[in-house]
Amino acid sequence: MVKVKLWGSLRHWTDGQSVVEVEAKTFKDLLDRLCETYPGLAPQIRRGVSMSLDGVIYREAWFQEIRPDSEVVLMPFMQGG
Amino acid sequence: MALDQPKREFRYVGTRPNRPDGVDKVTGRAQYGADMTAPGMLTGAILRSPHPHAKIVSIDTSAAAAIPGVRAVITGADFARPDDNFLRDVQENCMAREKVLYDGHAVAAVAATSAAIAKAALKAIKVTYQALPHVTDVDAAMKPGAPVVQAGRALENVPGGMSDNVTNACEFGHGDLDAGFAKADLVIDRSFKTAATHQGYIEPHACLASVTADGKADLWCCTQGHFFVRTLCSAIMGMEASQLRVTPSEIGGGFGGKTTVFIEPVALALSKMAGRPVKIVMARDEVFRATGPTVSSSMDVRIGMTKDGRITAGEANLRYSGGAFPCGTVDMGAQAAFAAYDLAAVRTYGWNALTNRPKEAAYRAPGAPQAIYAVESVVDELCQKLGLDPLMVRLKNAAKKGTLSSYGPTFNEIGLEATLQAAKAHPHYTAPLGKNQGRGLSCGFWFNFGGNTCVSLNINTDGTVGVTEGNPDIGGSRASISLMAAEELGIPYENIRTIVADTNSLGFNDVTDGSRVTFAVGLATIKAARDAIGKMKARAAKFWGIDEEAVNWVDGAAVPAGPNAGKFPPLSLAEIAAVSPQTGGPIAGHYEVNVDGAGVSFGVHLVDVEVDPETGFTKVLRYTVFQDAGKAVHPDYVEGQMQGGAVQGIGWALNEEYIYGADGRLQNPGFLDYRIPVASDLPKIDTVILEIPNPGHPYGVRGVGETPIVPPLAAIANAVSRAAGVRLTELPMSPPRILAALKG
Amino acid sequence: MKSLHISTTINGDPVEFICDPDEPLLDVLRNRLGLTGAKEGCGTGDCGACSVTLDGRLVCACLVLGAEAQGAEISTIEGMALGDHLHPLQRAFIDGAALQCGICTPGILIAAKALLEKNASPSDEEVRYWLAGNLCRCTGYDKIIAAVQVAAAEMRSA
Repeated sequence: MVKVKLWGSLRHWTDGQSVVEVEAKTFKDLLDRLCETYPGLAPQIRRGVSMSLDGVIYREAWFQEIRPDSEVVLMPFMQGG
Repeated sequence: MALDQPKREFRYVGTRPNRPDGVDKVTGRAQYGADMTAPGMLTGAILRSPHPHAKIVSIDTSAAAAIPGVRAVITGADFARPDDNFLRDVQENCMAREKVLYDGHAVAAVAATSAAIAKAALKAIKVTYQALPHVTDVDAAMKPGAPVVQAGRALENVPGGMSDNVTNACEFGHGDLDAGFAKADLVIDRSFKTAATHQGYIEPHACLASVTADGKADLWCCTQGHFFVRTLCSAIMGMEASQLRVTPSEIGGGFGGKTTVFIEPVALALSKMAGRPVKIVMARDEVFRATGPTVSSSMDVRIGMTKDGRITAGEANLRYSGGAFPCGTVDMGAQAAFAAYDLAAVRTYGWNALTNRPKEAAYRAPGAPQAIYAVESVVDELCQKLGLDPLMVRLKNAAKKGTLSSYGPTFNEIGLEATLQAAKAHPHYTAPLGKNQGRGLSCGFWFNFGGNTCVSLNINTDGTVGVTEGNPDIGGSRASISLMAAEELGIPYENIRTIVADTNSLGFNDVTDGSRVTFAVGLATIKAARDAIGKMKARAAKFWGIDEEAVNWVDGAAVPAGPNAGKFPPLSLAEIAAVSPQTGGPIAGHYEVNVDGAGVSFGVHLVDVEVDPETGFTKVLRYTVFQDAGKAVHPDYVEGQMQGGAVQGIGWALNEEYIYGADGRLQNPGFLDYRIPVASDLPKIDTVILEIPNPGHPYGVRGVGETPIVPPLAAIANAVSRAAGVRLTELPMSPPRILAALKG
Repeated sequence: MKSLHISTTINGDPVEFICDPDEPLLDVLRNRLGLTGAKEGCGTGDCGACSVTLDGRLVCACLVLGAEAQGAEISTIEGMALGDHLHPLQRAFIDGAALQCGICTPGILIAAKALLEKNASPSDEEVRYWLAGNLCRCTGYDKIIAAVQVAAAEMRSA
């Protein structure tokens, strides 16, 4: 099981929890499980999310492996200029 | 990605050779967007709405089409409507459909055999508008009962009961705010406003589109990302990616404003209709009215501090408007706002509201300058009121490795403390100040990212090398890429030529943004070079009759790995290349990747100003930029980014703003009244580059291009506030605003 | 309106062209004569990217009519180098990394050359004020001022 930190406005769809646990080995697993368990997250996930894994940001990396003890933080998909 | 031993000793990287496009640019030979022509070319021109908000009742183009020399006339109805919201917004921004949403919104376009005829044709188009109430202020747009710019665009994260103009809502942070504020000895609560600004690139948008009867198209344009242009245009035009080849010109500035399309689909549609190439060049007023300025903002920030300078809680409410279309920039601002600090209790709330203004585009670090301006201003005011040294307070609260950031992740190795210490040790920090003078400082930060990148590296038979990459060079990156290739291959920089190729020549490359090119294209270049080196080692192994694993690459040559491998003199790259046809064929390396692991870049700016109490005029006396580059591949160009970004921030802080009249029209769409800094406004901009290597890059590179625009707004606001003796909370701090504040 | 036939000298070469009476010199240079080194940044004389000299006088080509070129001597960026010998200013800009995107560079070089012809030893402040009519958005002007001074020093010692 992986602990995933969600940013504040997403808590509305997870009964107020800012950290949720899902069974996931990769970034894609994580997103799929989140959508299944908390369907309210699906629109944001479809629009795009990035993931910080132990402090390194992965903008979009489906097969990036996640260890059970990793710090996983969801972030909005990043844009720059 | 796991990386080999990171390199820390360099032969070429870190030097300052001349850039490959230098001669072209100092002789006028370089070709920018408007410098290309094609046989049979027509001139395109665009008709724009004079209303900030109106229904288009009818458009009659018959008189225009009848003018001799007019070969095509189009309106929004000539474009298919993409299903995807994002693409539909891009298309509708390029040409209005049922409504015009801002002063300058395109409604029709013509292509004609001369500019004069095109101009006459625009005059002959009859548009009937039904004007609607408009709103240009973000706070006004959020009030119930405000004119609705577009209905039904709110995302699922917007709570019920808000104005229809509110499209996005977000929240970040952690900890118990009430408990945090209770611990503070002083809490300051302030509201701030910033006006929309424009990237101000000197080159207006320009493109040349050529669509042929078999459905193929060629597009020449000035852009930061020609692959993304292909994505947008092919979707809008209903073409396949392989049918549209986009070639980027040299670009005369972008800073984020040329990361999307405005005129390109229009030129393509005109060319398709006319069966001839069509060139469109925007006039300067069109650039201001109808490209992508920044958001405008209204913000509230509350911070609590103990009397010895520890921040106990921070809260920000950011209300941004990205113009007439939904915009997610407030997410970035809300994440960046408190990023420099190690806080137990922090919250940022962000909102985006629609206004009748042009559609926002990025400007360096989108969303961050505004939010950090507000936060750093309040921190500075707390320091003033508590009698604390601003640098000491930053150091006391600075985020470092292991800090839980205000936007969620725990930081790895970051350069904030090092930049703060460098500022503290610098003579600027303790130089004496005179009457009416003040000193300001601010931290700043940007995430940076990597992205989709493809590089191809070819070894020529004469031992020189061609590097082909797909990212328009906006700051000197071709030189840095050649340096990194030289470093890996072990051959002189002068033997390498790096070019930016068209969309057909490489796989997808993300836009030149996110401070990504030196980092990501550099990484891909290093990997492509290593790929080629692997192949050259294999050739050497064949010559020597040994295993490939027994060959090393040292100083530009293949060498036996050890005494057991055999006694062979080195085989240089040139020697291997010369016989490549006979030893298996041409040698090349390539690398395609979606790069992650970009390192954040922190900066600190120090500025001294003098405010004239009679005129409200601010003179910038001294400016120093401290920034962490990880590894400065070409120090001249790193300095260039730091200086250029700082000066843009100076303009933003002191003079630049979009001014809308009560009629909802932009009043200052020109460089005379949209006043960017000129040479005589400025002192030297001193730079101090720090190098805290980014573990995500083989040489430690961190992107540097965006961070420099973040600190200047607060640094100057803090300096002006101290010089004037009164806290300014609205940007720009133009002379009339300063005089009003002085009067009280 | 009837077109005009103009005879002029550009970068030392005799040139003839046809233009409309209301056509700016900038459009003539770029669209009729293939001299695209002068750039249009604003069309209203605010940015200096179209700087050329007309009978030795620094002007914005967007504010001069093509017709005014009649009988005059015009210098553009294309005439600054002598064959493959770059002007000291051009070399100083490359060596000193005084350009990033380069769109303002032709105008700034023409303007700087005009300054150094009037004043071979300008102070930094004099250089800044002279170049105040040439907008640059990339560099913050720092390396530009330094490069002008390097070139000025070289030209003084020549």
